[in-house]
Amino acid sequence: MAVIDLANPSRFLGFANRIIPWLGALTLVVFAFAISRAMNAPDDYQQGATVKIMYLHVPGAWLGMLGWGLMTMAALGTLVWRHPLADVAAKAAAPIGAAFTFICLVTGSLWGRPMWGTYWVWDARLTSVLVLFLLYLGVIALWRTVEDPSRAARAAAILTLVGALDLPIIKFSVDWWNTLHQPASVLRLGAPTIDPSILIPLLISALAFTLLFAVLLLAAMRNEILRRRVRTLRLLQASTAS
Amino acid sequence: MSALAAMLARDLRVAVRVGGGALIGVLFFLVVVTLTPLALGPDLALLQRIGPAILWLAALLANLLALDRLFAADHEDGSLDLIMTGRAPLELVVAVKGLAQWLTTGLPLVIATPPIGLFLNLDAKAEGALVLTLLVGTPGLTFIGLIGAALAVTLRRGGLLLAVLVLPLTVPVLIFGVAAANAAVMGPVPFGTPFTILCAFTLASIVVGPFAAAAALRQEME
Amino acid sequence: MEAASHTGFIVAAYATAGAVIGGLIAWVMLDYRAQRRRLGDLEKLGLKRRSATAQSGETIGRAGT
Repeated sequence: MAVIDLANPSRFLGFANRIIPWLGALTLVVFAFAISRAMNAPDDYQQGATVKIMYLHVPGAWLGMLGWGLMTMAALGTLVWRHPLADVAAKAAAPIGAAFTFICLVTGSLWGRPMWGTYWVWDARLTSVLVLFLLYLGVIALWRTVEDPSRAARAAAILTLVGALDLPIIKFSVDWWNTLHQPASVLRLGAPTIDPSILIPLLISALAFTLLFAVLLLAAMRNEILRRRVRTLRLLQASTAS
Repeated sequence: MSALAAMLARDLRVAVRVGGGALIGVLFFLVVVTLTPLALGPDLALLQRIGPAILWLAALLANLLALDRLFAADHEDGSLDLIMTGRAPLELVVAVKGLAQWLTTGLPLVIATPPIGLFLNLDAKAEGALVLTLLVGTPGLTFIGLIGAALAVTLRRGGLLLAVLVLPLTVPVLIFGVAAANAAVMGPVPFGTPFTILCAFTLASIVVGPFAAAAALRQEME
Repeated sequence: MEAASHTGFIVAAYATAGAVIGGLIAWVMLDYRAQRRRLGDLEKLGLKRRSATAQSGETIGRAGT
């Protein structure tokens, strides 16, 4: 089956129905492996046992950004090709990306409390992730405000693209803002080298989270296609009944 | 060109006549700045230190407040349909509407800043820096706001959504505006560095804003 | 002592992440079941999408717009 065939929603449904159980099982296995590796990973000499939080925090950040990246590509699909599957992908990705960004924020703050002595600092990275989270919530709010799905998709696509343009600038300005106010007063994870004993579990964990993201995205897209079919049938029902 | 000039003149007239909201933004600005010392306490040294930040936040909010009706009013009375079927490119019309919006809400804020700044114990140098940063930064706010206003045009409760959508996008304007104003007063960075970036951001949003807003209007009026 | 207090934060982080992921999975599964049921109900009424038999040109969610 060619990739282009998946652009047809019915074929996509068939594909999703077949692949979700397998991908789900694979995710479960990789997750179990990742958790066992994370539990057995040595403590960091500086961070102690709290380095284990990083196995959640870093993948959360990665997928939060990946989510916006996917939404940006889907937004191009929506605006340029008017493709309904791109609408579906963008809508399904928003809450999942927001959830992973939320995981990143919460775990980061739980790591910060023992390490920095506070749940929140206005560190550049924290701040830009927070703004990313707010943008996610804005997109979700927009999706939930416009009733017609394809119009909602185009509105959300425009906002997503503007956000994609603005996010690097926000990141840059927050970096600048922070270095101006409190230059390098906080500890950073970003040591030049990460020991393999920590790096490898981290990569496995990132793989597990990425697989989870893929399964959730496929399943949410399947739900969204079904939801649109329900909507179509209801409109049909309403128009024939009257 | 004359169509665009007519558009500008019309928007300005609509804004200043009865029922237009040209000076409400300034009033809001004044009220917010009055309320802040009531919350913080009348400590003049503190107010002087955070004055630029207060004025910038108030300007941001006042600007947002006025955006709500930018396209919605035209949509309600049908003139938006006429504009869209007109021969002038929609991007340019949107840009002109942005300009009119800035002239009636952004520019009055800039003009009102020096007297209001006195309440916050700002000295002449700080006032000058603040006026300059607001003069350069408020067009950026307006043109980013255009996108939100266009997205929210046909929505119920569009105003609330508008704030949620637009405010996170204005983070760079706020950061560099306040940074430039503060840099002029206390350093250590030279005023020019953040100020130039603020100019760049405003120019970029003048380019991106009308295109994105026009795209949003097109998809909504289909 | 200190290590013990850190354990609390680690457990809290894992618990939160687990809750969020569990919530996502539950949302996706419950949503799937709900949409399936609604679709089944509607199809029982004899409603069919116009494009259900067509091979190409299928659009979803575009009816009535």
